[in-house]
Amino acid sequence: MQEFEPKIVAFVCNWCTYAGADLTGTSRIKYSANVKIIRFPCTGRIDFMILMKAFENGADGIIVSGCHPNDCHYSTGNFHARRRWIVFRNLLNFTGIDTERIQFSWVSAAEGFKWADVVNNTVARINEMGPYENYSKIAVSTLLNEEVDSNE
Amino acid sequence: MNELKNKVTQLLNDKAIDVFIGYGQGSADRIRAIFVRTAEQAGNLIFNASCTQNLAGYLLKHEVKHLGKLGILANTAALRSMMQLASEFQIRDSEVLVLFVNPDGSLTEFSSFISIETFLGSTDTGITADEKSRIEKLEAMTVKERWEFWNTEFEKCIKCYACRAACPMCYCHRCTTDVNQPQWIPVASHERGNLDYHLMRAMHLAGRCVNCGECANACPMDIPLNLLTYQLIEPIKADFGATAGMKADAMYALSTFKPEDKENFII
Amino acid sequence: MEKELKKLKYSDLSKLIERFGSQGYAVLAPVHKGKIVEIEAVQSLDAIALDVLLSTQSAKKAAFPKVEKVLEYTLEKAGVKQQAIDPGAYGETILFGVRPCDASGFKSLDAIFGEAPGDQFYLRKKEKTTIISFSCPTADEYCFCTSVGGGPGNTEGSDLQITAISKEELLVEILTEKGKKVSSLFADLLTDAGEVDKAKFLADVKVVFELDSVVQKTTSSFNNMELWLDQSLRCIGCGACAFVCPTCACFDFQDEQNTKKGVRLRLWDSCGFSLFTLHTSGHNPREVQSQRWRQRLMHKFSYMPEQLKVVGCEGCGRCSRACPVDMNVKEHLTSIGQLTI
Repeated sequence: MQEFEPKIVAFVCNWCTYAGADLTGTSRIKYSANVKIIRFPCTGRIDFMILMKAFENGADGIIVSGCHPNDCHYSTGNFHARRRWIVFRNLLNFTGIDTERIQFSWVSAAEGFKWADVVNNTVARINEMGPYENYSKIAVSTLLNEEVDSNE
Repeated sequence: MNELKNKVTQLLNDKAIDVFIGYGQGSADRIRAIFVRTAEQAGNLIFNASCTQNLAGYLLKHEVKHLGKLGILANTAALRSMMQLASEFQIRDSEVLVLFVNPDGSLTEFSSFISIETFLGSTDTGITADEKSRIEKLEAMTVKERWEFWNTEFEKCIKCYACRAACPMCYCHRCTTDVNQPQWIPVASHERGNLDYHLMRAMHLAGRCVNCGECANACPMDIPLNLLTYQLIEPIKADFGATAGMKADAMYALSTFKPEDKENFII
Repeated sequence: MEKELKKLKYSDLSKLIERFGSQGYAVLAPVHKGKIVEIEAVQSLDAIALDVLLSTQSAKKAAFPKVEKVLEYTLEKAGVKQQAIDPGAYGETILFGVRPCDASGFKSLDAIFGEAPGDQFYLRKKEKTTIISFSCPTADEYCFCTSVGGGPGNTEGSDLQITAISKEELLVEILTEKGKKVSSLFADLLTDAGEVDKAKFLADVKVVFELDSVVQKTTSSFNNMELWLDQSLRCIGCGACAFVCPTCACFDFQDEQNTKKGVRLRLWDSCGFSLFTLHTSGHNPREVQSQRWRQRLMHKFSYMPEQLKVVGCEGCGRCSRACPVDMNVKEHLTSIGQLTI
């Protein structure tokens, strides 16, 4: 039986977290390889539906990370993102979606160590939680393999 | 009720309005929206405890607007919808003649948005005790139990979009659900398609919902959709100090921010 | 075939469901779901809501489901490879406890999907569906089946029809070969019925308009936009009426895929949606709701009678009950019938 390897998708901003992740690499800090990083110009650009798409396409966990407040490359993008996440997290929790599987963070371009920590801690946590079974039941891949006849 | 009929007749005769949106007797024991354009039709206007439909959505319907200057019988929910629509530049001050039936049966004519704001400031506009307890019951469940609850409800959804059509805040000419480049929201009414749609709609209403309940009333499958947006009202008020539909010049909570906004989950 | 009349004891009804199940039939029946009544798969009689006026949704989902896979494809090195889905891969099904209006609603769907070359996904499912309807002892103010050629005891479209004739006994009418085949599963429970006046046990549904006159007047009213506007001002353009209707058959196709595989789905659609007739050019021949309302009524009461020789409405009233803003088709048709043209 293959051991469970969590699939994590990370939505990060180009100017801080992506650069920070680069620093992690150039500093030769080892961290879990389970994460796929998707680069956005700013966290303000991250639509909440994208997080849902990640779960629907098989992600077991999500990281969303950007510049610290007051450090946004576009001045205010992360402030808007913060409000959006506060509301979205509330909605997700109320609808029964596991917000423990989504990690939000501020990681600056200078925080190579922090990025490794965020990833490692998230992977460890998701590893313990196991695959996201509830979501995999309704995932895209499930539709592609089974009958959708709504008579059942 | 006679005061209402007489007032509307007078308004029509004076050409102060071309059409009045009010309530009339519907099928069986239902009430329906009626569009009064003549004195004779004004005789069909009624007002009683069953007249709870939020009529504000009709203010933006193309064929209704085309009938001319609008008058509306607004209840509290409709007044709030109007304030929210005004804050989103969908209606202008004094463009619509607004009548309101007071608890004692007398009529108030709101001359401007300011007068509506003042009135709303002194009225109970919150969600009902029953709705509050239903939300609390859900919040007391575990995450897994809530997932079961909502997926069981969403299984019934047939994607008829009655919730969207009935909501006065859903007025986008091209709803994001209908955009197919890219197709964000699956059109299909399978579990994923239903979940995505309802989550998306709740988010697009966060900070804009005036708890009129039309979405849940409209749903032919009896899904308690209103609870999804109602549940966000308290946190948005607590976290951002914003309540929808109280002022005609309010700013939308999700397109503004305060540098000192607080949260406890970002590391 | 010649109709056969039999009697069945009410207390034996549960045996029918058990036997259907053990013989490999799937049984779809009305089921309470909170305040609404859905049509779903059941395993036993006590799950079935036989006491309701009618289900919230129609029975059309038995042969025309709200989401249906029609095609699968995979992306391979050589290109896209399609896999056809066998429309006949569907088990024998019994629709049990539905009303006469559900059963007769299939005749509109048969006409639409049966047009050459024939929609196999519908036709093959329908072939394998046996309909056991229960006649109506009650009706409400939304019902108008008798005005459109139906009735509370109408057997059109049913393979078997059951009528309660006393607290203990049911009249069973065996109407078709399909019905006979299914009834053989419980032939031992049936006794000869002799003479039974079924009409005594049916609801009284008064005729409210003359169908031919309404069809003719609807047809002549195409340009009477004032009529359509007046009737549809409160319509908010959702799809509730089309989706609960037993005869509405409009559908949409949507593809869903990941990077390796995909599937084509057929879904319900509604002519009431503003985007229904939106062209890629941006032009929309039915831009406003009154045009779409006109289309809805004329499709059912003018175009279908003319082209398919069937009226696209069973008078079940579901559309009006489900409508969020109380559009009432019985009322609308009656007022069309009263026009002087």
